Amino acid sequence: MRVGVGGPVGSGKTALVAALCRELAGRLNIGVVTNDIYTTEDADFLRKQGILDNERISAVQTGCCPHTAIRDDISENLEAVEELETRLAPLDLVLLESGGDNLTATFSHGLVDRQIFVLDVSGGDKVPRKGGPSVTSADLLVINKVDLAPLVGADLEVMRRDSVAQRGDRAMIFCSLRESDGAGEISAWILSELNAWAKTNPTRG
Amino acid sequence: MNLLLLADGRFPAGGHAHSGGVETAVATGAVTGIGSLEEFLLGRLATTGLVSAGLAAAACTLRHPWAALDAEADARTPSPALREVSRRQGRQLLRTARALWPGSVLEGLAVSNPSPHHPVALGAASEAAGLEPLEAARAAVFNAVTGPASAAVRLLGIDPVSVHRLLAKMGPDMDDAAHLGARASDGPPAELPCPGSVLLDLFAQQHAESEMRLFAS
Amino acid sequence: MKSRSRIGATFTDGHTRLNCLRSSAPISVRQTPDGVYLVGTAAGPLGGDDLLLEIEVEAGARLVVRSAAASLALPGNTGLPSTVTVQAHVGAGGSLWWLPEPVIAGGGCDHRIHNRITLDPGASVVWRDELILGRRGEEPGRVRSRIDVTLGGAPLLRNELRVGAGAPGWDGPAVLGDAGAVGSLLVTGPQVGGPQVGGPQEPSPHLAGPEANGDRASARGGGRSGVMSLGAGAAVLPLSGPGVLVEALGSDAIHLRGLLDRALAYLGAGVVR
Repeated sequence: MRVGVGGPVGSGKTALVAALCRELAGRLNIGVVTNDIYTTEDADFLRKQGILDNERISAVQTGCCPHTAIRDDISENLEAVEELETRLAPLDLVLLESGGDNLTATFSHGLVDRQIFVLDVSGGDKVPRKGGPSVTSADLLVINKVDLAPLVGADLEVMRRDSVAQRGDRAMIFCSLRESDGAGEISAWILSELNAWAKTNPTRG
Repeated sequence: MNLLLLADGRFPAGGHAHSGGVETAVATGAVTGIGSLEEFLLGRLATTGLVSAGLAAAACTLRHPWAALDAEADARTPSPALREVSRRQGRQLLRTARALWPGSVLEGLAVSNPSPHHPVALGAASEAAGLEPLEAARAAVFNAVTGPASAAVRLLGIDPVSVHRLLAKMGPDMDDAAHLGARASDGPPAELPCPGSVLLDLFAQQHAESEMRLFAS
Repeated sequence: MKSRSRIGATFTDGHTRLNCLRSSAPISVRQTPDGVYLVGTAAGPLGGDDLLLEIEVEAGARLVVRSAAASLALPGNTGLPSTVTVQAHVGAGGSLWWLPEPVIAGGGCDHRIHNRITLDPGASVVWRDELILGRRGEEPGRVRSRIDVTLGGAPLLRNELRVGAGAPGWDGPAVLGDAGAVGSLLVTGPQVGGPQVGGPQEPSPHLAGPEANGDRASARGGGRSGVMSLGAGAAVLPLSGPGVLVEALGSDAIHLRGLLDRALAYLGAGVVR
């Protein structure tokens, strides 16, 4: 199953990918495609944390157009995903991290099976109300850095209410990825989606 | 209409991620604004652009074995980084074109080499789309010039209108290069144009080794 | 002036023997202990000259070709271009080192160079081309220099350099920039070059500009900033077929030769006795 992780710059996409790898790597065969500016420093970070080998991470350059690469012209990302899937077969999960973008960026259904959109409270509690395709259509909305809510004057209840208004009963998780078990609920969501997905896609690993 | 589709920057075959050497040219201070961009684009058109035009037109004639054209493209691309980029873009173009214009031409190319050089894939896709060799050459030179031009807009923040004014001014040069390429495609592949560009080769090797990359080439 | 010169090397009894040395004015070919020297007996090439040099290196033979001095391409009074064609064939196990002095593109010249190199499988070649872009302070005329190399009938390298009027952007930031001299070095075949040529392909090193001190470590590391900030540099490019092409831009003839000499040493492609 291919899962896209999108969200504004600094909202915690890389932290979420790292946390998911840490929690799931023991159970699942995972590959990661990153669309962010990716240096050997980033790779070293993931490797030193014992999270993921370099060979499981593929970096895609987006030519300064992060949303184009995940939505309008997915060729480079498809190549990277398929290359990982071939080289590391059988993969259970590929996480695709988009470059930081705005509220209109969504992943193409030709590229991912599920998408997660990551917001953080420091962007202000009005963000979910603005909607935009990412907030309304993501399969899972993650609101990160809830520990900062009192400091930045963000009302989590307002965020929850606005999100529900925009998204109906689609999943939403509040979390703080800095905490040790910050992504536990999100990993559980992924495992359950993976289960559902595997039933409808018996051929693709 | 198919020529417009193929040449459109929105054609989903990965083109937006490539700068055609502009990213390194900007990083090294070789291209700084509209003046140096014009010189860059003229040089790229007269070298890479003309080579691509000849190969694309020759591929579109369907008169040569794919492997022969592929070997001619290899011989005209001494930089290993550029060969890899060309094959990567060729593979992505072939993938998209097969979905748009299925048929024996593109299936045959995919069997011969699933990662053909980009101009060869472009010529084959043009034929499959019902285009003539001259139109394939036009798409090739248009690609060779407009890709780096739009990368320069993104990297340098140059006024996009002034860049498009430059592209409009280069229209006759692009037409000339397309005609030269198409005319050469009447002859044997060995005689196709082969003007090289030392700096584009150097830039490509530097880019492949560079850490901070926004573009794939 | 139209001329046709010829050098032939054959291999008998374990030794290379020159079985043909035909000079045709304005080119004189002379045998020396250091190789066969090309000596110009008149100015030029001048517009209207059409000079052909044929080189035949038979299977197993070794041949080194050098020239006594740089040649200066100049316009003639006919309005015609000058043309120099070199046709070389190297047989299996044969080796050819083509290491002449540079060609200088004089102001107003219209010069064509065509090197056609035909290699049998197992043939080896070290081929150096250098073009100086005008005499001091002079804008060069037009030059088109094309090299076609085939190995066992398959294309190995086809590359043309176009300079001057009729070559848009040639001195711009995509082609030669502000270089004063441009050159290349082709190394291919089992008899020439070290493991860098025949071994597995690795990322090609940049040979940095004059600030590099020339040892291998610095030649390999001389990357990003050093090369281009000088408007000059070089890259070692493993070809798709067997062999390596070095492309170099120098500020002048001496700088260029330094880069190519360093590349020659790096590739272990110097003349083998």
